[in-house]
Amino acid sequence: MSELILLRHRDIAGLNQLKTYIANGGFETWKKVVTSRKPEEVLNDVKASGLRGRGGAGFPTGVKWSFLPNNIWPHYVVANSDESEPGTFKDRELLEFNPYQFIEGLMLTSYAVQANDAYIYFRGEFSQIAKKFEERLAELTAKGYLGDALFGTKYSLRIHTHLGAGAYICGEETALLESIEGRLGQPRLRPPFPAVAGLFDKPTVINNVETLANIPYIMEKGVDAFRKNGTEKSPGTKIFSLSGRVKKPGNYELPLGTTFRELIYKYGEGIINDAQIKAIMPAGASSTLITATDAVLDTPMDYEATTALGSPLGSASVMILDETTNISHVINETTHFFSHESCGKCTPCREGTFWMRHISDRIESGKGKKEDIDLLKSVAGQMQNKCFCALGEFSTMAVVSGIQHFRADFEARLES
Amino acid sequence: MEKRVNLTIDGRAVSVPAGMNIVDAAKTVGITIPVFCHHPKLKPVGMCRLCLVDIGRPQVDRATGAAVLNEDGTPKIAFGPKLETACTTPVSEGMVVWGATEKVMAARKDILEFLLTSHPLDCPVCDKGGECPLQNQTMEFGSADSRFLLDEKSHAKKHFSLGELITLDRERCIQCARCVRFEDQIAGDPVIGFYNRGRKLEIATYSEPGFDSIFSGNTTDICPVGALTTNDFRFGARAWEMKHKPSVCNQCPVGCNITYDVRREAKSNGKTVIKRIMPRQNEEVNEIWICDKGRFTYAYAESPERLTQPLVRKNDELVPVSWDEALQTASEKLQAAGKSVYALVSGRLSLEDLYAVKTLTNQVKGKISLYANMGGGEWVTRVGMTPGSDLSKLEKGSTILVFGSDLHEEAPIWWLRVKQAAERGVTLVNASARKTRLDLFASFNLTYAYGEEEKAVRELFEASSDAAKAVSGAANLVVFMGSDGMGQAQTTALAGLIAEGLVKTSHFGKPNNGLIPVWQTANEQGAYELGILPDETMADGISATMALYVAGADPAAENPTLREAMQKAGCIIVQDLFLTETAKMADVVLPTQAIMERDGTMVSGERRAQKFGAAVPAARNTKADFEITSVLLEKLGGEKLPANAEELYTLLAKKESNFKTVSFKALSETHEQSPLMGRNEVYYGGTGYANDFGLGVTLPLVTGENGMPRKTLMPDVVKPTRNQRLALPVTHLYDQSKAVHASLLKDRIANTLSLHPEDAEALKAENGALVTLKFGNAEYEQKVTVSSDQPKGTLLVTRNCGLPVWQPEAVEIVVNTPTTERGAL
Amino acid sequence: MNQLLKKYPEEINRILSRYPIDRKQAAVMPLLHLAQGEAGFVSRTALQEIAEITGVSATEVASVVGFYTLFHDAPEGKIRMQVCTDLACDLRGAREYLTGLCDQLGVKPGETTEDGLITIEEVKCLAACDKAPLFQAQLGDEVEYHENQTAARTVDWLRSMSAAINGTPLKTVKQEEVNPDEGGSHE
Ligand SMILES: Cc1cc2nc3c(=O)[nH]c(=O)nc-3n(C[C@H](O)[C@H](O)[C@H](O)COP(=O)(O)O)c2cc1C
Ligand code: SF4
Ligand code: FES
Repeated sequence: MSELILLRHRDIAGLNQLKTYIANGGFETWKKVVTSRKPEEVLNDVKASGLRGRGGAGFPTGVKWSFLPNNIWPHYVVANSDESEPGTFKDRELLEFNPYQFIEGLMLTSYAVQANDAYIYFRGEFSQIAKKFEERLAELTAKGYLGDALFGTKYSLRIHTHLGAGAYICGEETALLESIEGRLGQPRLRPPFPAVAGLFDKPTVINNVETLANIPYIMEKGVDAFRKNGTEKSPGTKIFSLSGRVKKPGNYELPLGTTFRELIYKYGEGIINDAQIKAIMPAGASSTLITATDAVLDTPMDYEATTALGSPLGSASVMILDETTNISHVINETTHFFSHESCGKCTPCREGTFWMRHISDRIESGKGKKEDIDLLKSVAGQMQNKCFCALGEFSTMAVVSGIQHFRADFEARLES
Repeated sequence: MEKRVNLTIDGRAVSVPAGMNIVDAAKTVGITIPVFCHHPKLKPVGMCRLCLVDIGRPQVDRATGAAVLNEDGTPKIAFGPKLETACTTPVSEGMVVWGATEKVMAARKDILEFLLTSHPLDCPVCDKGGECPLQNQTMEFGSADSRFLLDEKSHAKKHFSLGELITLDRERCIQCARCVRFEDQIAGDPVIGFYNRGRKLEIATYSEPGFDSIFSGNTTDICPVGALTTNDFRFGARAWEMKHKPSVCNQCPVGCNITYDVRREAKSNGKTVIKRIMPRQNEEVNEIWICDKGRFTYAYAESPERLTQPLVRKNDELVPVSWDEALQTASEKLQAAGKSVYALVSGRLSLEDLYAVKTLTNQVKGKISLYANMGGGEWVTRVGMTPGSDLSKLEKGSTILVFGSDLHEEAPIWWLRVKQAAERGVTLVNASARKTRLDLFASFNLTYAYGEEEKAVRELFEASSDAAKAVSGAANLVVFMGSDGMGQAQTTALAGLIAEGLVKTSHFGKPNNGLIPVWQTANEQGAYELGILPDETMADGISATMALYVAGADPAAENPTLREAMQKAGCIIVQDLFLTETAKMADVVLPTQAIMERDGTMVSGERRAQKFGAAVPAARNTKADFEITSVLLEKLGGEKLPANAEELYTLLAKKESNFKTVSFKALSETHEQSPLMGRNEVYYGGTGYANDFGLGVTLPLVTGENGMPRKTLMPDVVKPTRNQRLALPVTHLYDQSKAVHASLLKDRIANTLSLHPEDAEALKAENGALVTLKFGNAEYEQKVTVSSDQPKGTLLVTRNCGLPVWQPEAVEIVVNTPTTERGAL
Repeated sequence: MNQLLKKYPEEINRILSRYPIDRKQAAVMPLLHLAQGEAGFVSRTALQEIAEITGVSATEVASVVGFYTLFHDAPEGKIRMQVCTDLACDLRGAREYLTGLCDQLGVKPGETTEDGLITIEEVKCLAACDKAPLFQAQLGDEVEYHENQTAARTVDWLRSMSAAINGTPLKTVKQEEVNPDEGGSHE
């Protein structure tokens, strides 16, 4: 495994203790930046680093920050700690074991866009983590790393926590903002984009936990050091959450561009019972099902190459399906997930996720007919490109590709 | 000049103002893009996805910024990979929209099919059937059969009441959020919302009482399916069986345009009856909304208590007689009284009714006087609204001053329009002695003490506070004057003060400037425009008359002094719908017709003259007020007045200077309004009706020194003694009037007495305690409500609650049921 | 009187101070968490009180309760055991685990044990897919994770919770058949 930048805590015991973090150079960059560097310098460095958002869409982070208008104030920064995509469990590890690096990243981001208030939105299930964070933030404030007139400068920063309560859609950034504002987590119409009218209608940057955890490293070690890992267009390391039918599931921090094969067979130690790998879902439940051919296994996992396989890399929650897995069953799970999580705002997602689940249930229960398979696929197609937000589109990916590539699995379930 | 944008929609060139969305732009050239969630009065949301269209935009060279051209020199148009929602996309220059391609039609079909997977197929028993956009759009764009197994449809809770007024059928709801958004954005009362999520998303209310909004009925108009229906109308009739009778509401001084939907039915013994009241569009008055009071209080006209027989007192008893006899008796009594005839009329009558009584009193050289509990209309004829006024056109830089009125309760649609104006940036100055629902939207909330109104007004027009500057320096200034805690004398003086301020700051005599009085009856302004004024010496006039002629008023119930005076009157002739307290004292009682049984005209508080029309045949043996008066006039040797309202109005307009320029024909004129109300079309604005009956005309102002109103002094408020309290009259929407009582609203009748918590504590009166009010030599028993919205030391009494508090009074309160000894153990 | 405000004046102030003064609605979710910590669910009264504190309607507060799965509008078991049976966990035996557990407790997913101690619920991904089978326990408004579970391990924990919360032994069915030698070993 390469150098651990994000999962540094695996090398340094107790990194989630403030004194250990400080003893290992923590918050020095923060102090240096606030006292000696201009906000736009931070922004430019992050832009130059080529860091791309780790929350799913892979949008260049620095570019996103630069969209904030400088004639509307205040600005806000929101950390997306909603981590809810089935198969994703990387942010949680960071929040529990390397929290200060993430906080420092959030601080630097806030400084870069001159926000004086930042919010961390935790998924409701992380209530204990959130509680711990409140203590951590209080301690940082007491120690002068947060608060008013930091290090004798004019810059002030407060970080607040906001706890969700069980809704996958709140990971979608505008739904997340609605949720902070105390409403149903339903996505907002765009434009206006959050960069212009986000939290409390003010310009807002929203970044994923892992994205933010990269910032201190970039600011400390420099753009080149960061770009040493990964590819030209997808620089840096990435935490891959490996799950499913592998012997050793878990988080692996690897340079972007590492192949599927290396992740699955080297780090994941191969398939349970050494069975045959069948398909890969590289972006959790929102993935297209990719048949695990040799060519696929040798594909580098970066934003472009994975997309070329037909599925975005998403947050790199790589789920492995093997020959013992029936794809109809997989689809049944994903359709249940999405119909449970659809916020209900738009017609195609609200009705379509329900209908897909319903047909999938019928097939799974052995009461399906051949035409139900086509119907299922056509309902998914009927939703595509019509939904209000990406959740609805996500819900169709596995269904369409699953039926396309593994039709026999569905037929095996039909009424005999 | 507003910026215009050129684009093509389905190949047709369209030019519309910048900022308009594609749905509305298409509508301007008659192209319909179907919608569900979009409503022209609500902010776009883009949820239902029915309006998906194909949108192309001129391609621009990133480097040079120049338009990319096709080989033939036309601009190259780039189409996105996805269809886009026409309801949320604003038009842009050179845009090319395709709304009827195969791809678009297929998408529509897909969305409709999705909606129908959840929607029950109960159209044959659904109230919306016949005016349901889901039904219409499915016929037009949908597919004939469903691939969904119908017997697997999920079931949600069917029809149950969200409170007294509205029924919800959750199965039918298509989650368009129109109702939720209406209550939030328009009514400012987010008392219905969604519960759950995904396909379980369902409409729910947690207000007490359920769906507690005074605008709730409007949600049933704009709900595009039969999910929300009124309890009043449910299963009442099918949409296509009803005839639509345009009219005007008479429940308050706003004058909302309405339509009575009527049907002749066997269950009502073959009579034609009103099945429901719907809004009729008048963007300058009520847009497409009406309040629940206007919508639900028509049943009183069908009350079995209606008078359907003239009565004459014989041997001290009122006995039924023929019309001939009753009219003969009445005319003889009037004849005998001659000059001493004293007529009391109210703003409940139409212009024609008032004009007839005025003509009659002129004939005998008697006196006519306006019976009202608020005054000042003579000022309004000079500094009120002028032609060209429209509250919805007030913009930033202008100011609305609301003085002493709880508009939400007194004139709900004005409240809506004032709120909207404030949201558009108009400065709202809200001066009141207590908290009201307007506070939230005001730039300035000024609180004065009851009795200090004069000081408060003077400060607003004379001082240099920010609020005063906003008033004096406004580009346009509209003042709403109410009668909160005030009686006739105070309000008359107040109107004079405000008029003075308006003149001094030059805020009168031009559109959207001037005084709007929040009258307690619908046509009170009309009386003033006819020169009928209140009489300060009314009690003397009554006790001295040989014949008191009362139409549309019930002084005996409301005013003990007048009641006493009436006992001294030589005889009393009363016209009314019911056997009121006043009618009970009469010698002749003449049964009249309700507003929905006859024609006529009225003048709103904004000085807009509007005609109303009969919707149902009149109750048996009744006559319109003006018909009765006309017969009496003729019997007294007077002129023969025209027998129908239109001709009578025409005569009146000839004779009465304020109406000279306003012909009956002008009242009937309409012009195209925006948004266009589509009922059965796919573009769905709601079930409210378009206006083809007349938008009304604002009267020109009276000018010149002639007949200048007299300024009166603001009387001091009575000083309560040590064991008394100051009782102040306030207006509540749901009062004890017959109309409210006869409707579903009866359960919402507001508190009649309310006390500040500290006063309640001092009196040991808990919320709901029964108290006796003593004043004069009368006693009244009532329940109290405890409310911190009012100042300490006051007792607020609802008008029309059976207590004769119509102006500030000093009263004594005795608590009947002492507080239960809680915590004594 | 607003009971919530009376009981937690400081906590509520602290919550409100996180958001702009004119954006009190943002405090709705934290206040719901606070109220839920009281009774394990959000009562009608609590809805009203939160509405009052934040200046929104009770309906708006209720909408939030309805939307989010961790807010409950009715009391259930004191411990809400939420087992993730989503795809990644399912691929690692979560469903079998759930069935085993339910068998021992004599309830079906969604049901509450007779003594009112435990409600078992199936939930979606909890971001711990590599440690399946797992459940989270919601006690009041606290959520704690229990990872790498077996039915036996979970039952042990429930035994200790039963003793701690109810002061009575945990009632299980068929425990003999399921795990004859485990019975009572941790009491
Ligand atoms: C349905 C849906 C769920 C999402 N869930 C998450 C999530 O749990 N965590 C996250 O960081 N981003 C999530 N995203 C992506 C966010 O909307 C957003 O793009 C991201 O937080 C931006 O941060 P980044 O630029 O640092 O990646 C989700 C997006 C969608 C459409
Ligand atoms: S009840 Fe009617 S208006 Fe309200 S969301 Fe449902 S369909 Fe729309
Ligand atoms: S999305 Fe445009 S009308 Fe509903």
